Amino acid sequence: MHFVVAVKQVPDTGEVRIDEERGTLIREGVPSILNPFDAYAIEEALQWRDEIGGRVTVVSMAPPQAEEVLREAISMGADDTVLLSDPAFAGADTWATSNTIVRAVEKMGDVDMVLTGKQAIDGDTAQTGPGIAASLDWPQLTFVGEVRELDEDHVVVRRETESGFEVIESSLPAVLSVLKDLNTPRLPSLRGKMKARKAEITVWGMDDLALEESEVGLEGSPTRVVRVQTPPPRGKQATVHRGETEELAVILADILMGEEGSS
Amino acid sequence: MTAGIEIRTEVCTGCGDCIPACPYGALGLENGVAVVGEGCTLCGACESACPFEAIIIRQKSTVRKDVSSYSGILVVAEQRDGQVDSSTLELLGEARRLSEVLDDRVDVLLATADSGEWPQTLIAQGADRVLLAEHESLGHYQTEPAASLLERVIESESPSVVLAAATTTGRDLMPRVAKRIDTGLTADCTGLRIDPETGLLMQTRPAFGGNIMATIVCEGTRPQMATVRPKVMKPISADDSRRGEVVKLDVSPGELASRTSIVSFEPLEEGTIDITEAERIVSGGRGLKGPEGFPLLEELAELIGASVGASRAAVDAGWIPYPHQVGQTGKTVQPKIYIACGISGAVQHRVGMQSSDLIIAINKDESAPIFEFCDEGFVADLFELVPALVKELRRRHGD
Repeated sequence: MHFVVAVKQVPDTGEVRIDEERGTLIREGVPSILNPFDAYAIEEALQWRDEIGGRVTVVSMAPPQAEEVLREAISMGADDTVLLSDPAFAGADTWATSNTIVRAVEKMGDVDMVLTGKQAIDGDTAQTGPGIAASLDWPQLTFVGEVRELDEDHVVVRRETESGFEVIESSLPAVLSVLKDLNTPRLPSLRGKMKARKAEITVWGMDDLALEESEVGLEGSPTRVVRVQTPPPRGKQATVHRGETEELAVILADILMGEEGSS
Repeated sequence: MTAGIEIRTEVCTGCGDCIPACPYGALGLENGVAVVGEGCTLCGACESACPFEAIIIRQKSTVRKDVSSYSGILVVAEQRDGQVDSSTLELLGEARRLSEVLDDRVDVLLATADSGEWPQTLIAQGADRVLLAEHESLGHYQTEPAASLLERVIESESPSVVLAAATTTGRDLMPRVAKRIDTGLTADCTGLRIDPETGLLMQTRPAFGGNIMATIVCEGTRPQMATVRPKVMKPISADDSRRGEVVKLDVSPGELASRTSIVSFEPLEEGTIDITEAERIVSGGRGLKGPEGFPLLEELAELIGASVGASRAAVDAGWIPYPHQVGQTGKTVQPKIYIACGISGAVQHRVGMQSSDLIIAINKDESAPIFEFCDEGFVADLFELVPALVKELRRRHGD
């Protein structure tokens, strides 16, 4: 079984602060990390590989410095990595990103399953997984919280929706996008780290993937960002209440019941 | 001209405002002007931050489709077992408002096993036409039949705008269809408007964990597709005198074909509401000290008609299951009232709930970051205040 995991290096948005005066992001000191959801996708692929055999290839469409996250994947136990990198890929929306990853999957040729994290924490779109599935014309299983069964030609997953849990069976090949519920990503082993340090990262660009400029990057993207702004700060300073429990309970009850005198 | 970023060095003053604006840390100053280094994704954050319009992101604007032949707004209804989701009515309300600017028709696609009185309701809520696909196998959403149907309707009706809810259904269906028909899609929008000059749909959405708002357009392809966050748009009041048309669609067996099948469905326990749909949320964090803290929150939640949420710390500790998690690796919620109990307010939590209308925090630790962005803060021991609040609310309810 050949698993491909598509991952992204993202700024740790949990570390981003806002300069309230200037209304800009404070980027300084914000580390770049493996998108948290993608770690679960890698782990799931590794666990199934170890159980039923096969190999795991981790791919990322990114500038050269994203090599780091691919090395991290190797240190966790991935067999192979490919960095999809070309200046022409920059500025891709999810349509163009899907094209690029799909072409890489097609070039590999023997892929049974593509896994992605539910979404990347910088863009938060959750669109690339289904986009990949659509282009490959494979079934897609999104918001997967558990992979229950997997063999050569079928997979059974538990999908988390607003109204409950669906247990879905699908033929393979298929694309899965996963939540954090399904495993605990392993820490890199010492041997893995050494392997990662020495690993040659394969890089595929426009020519390797036989892509046209109209299919990739900002050039190929149907959507365009016309404006970026920081959201307006929350209206007012917090009113902070201190005092006896019973008094506080009355104030809080007033607020909840929408009565006067809530401040 | 190929796509790319250009710094107009003759205009750039070297003020450096763009440098912190770049989420990827790709900008720097050299010889008194901004320079672009490795890592630029052409996201456009610097373009908006530059006070001197010295940064230009270029995209070759290729019109790939004859956009003028597309008109009208199509809303994709969401239903389960014949019950249309409230998000559909919100979308119809928003579509109605957009259509006033465009002077255009609003259609709704309803795929269901049993339409009941819903077509009339959808018309009363703003639809001009209900495109109805009724078949016994359409009771429960499945990706491939839903995608085939939507694709066919887009092809035959050529809508200019297609809207669906940013639910697990809409976010499964829309990206598949958008990719298949090669058009743009914007995820999880919280604001939509029509640009009066161009007639384009301006789609505003939070990104970077809600730290920035991006406005996105789809110029050269049609339809302009968007998923819209539930509970943000408002439905119009139902008007039973509104006239509309119900168009029945033939459903062919080929369109119903699916390579996936639903083995079983476990609904959420009765009475539990998914937190993304809840109007009120009572959330607990590390301060609850253990799983036994949650019944306390549940009691309060039940009393005020709220759902129970949790921080990552509480979920990772195994005190409450993952579907309750609010934040970066959990869910994004936007209730009217969010009560954070024993939650310190780390950014990974904040990004999942900062758009709530009213944030109330209960925390013993006065220096907790949550007091910096809540609206009403209570410096108190939650194990004392929550029971006292429950008692007070019971008293007022006349119990």
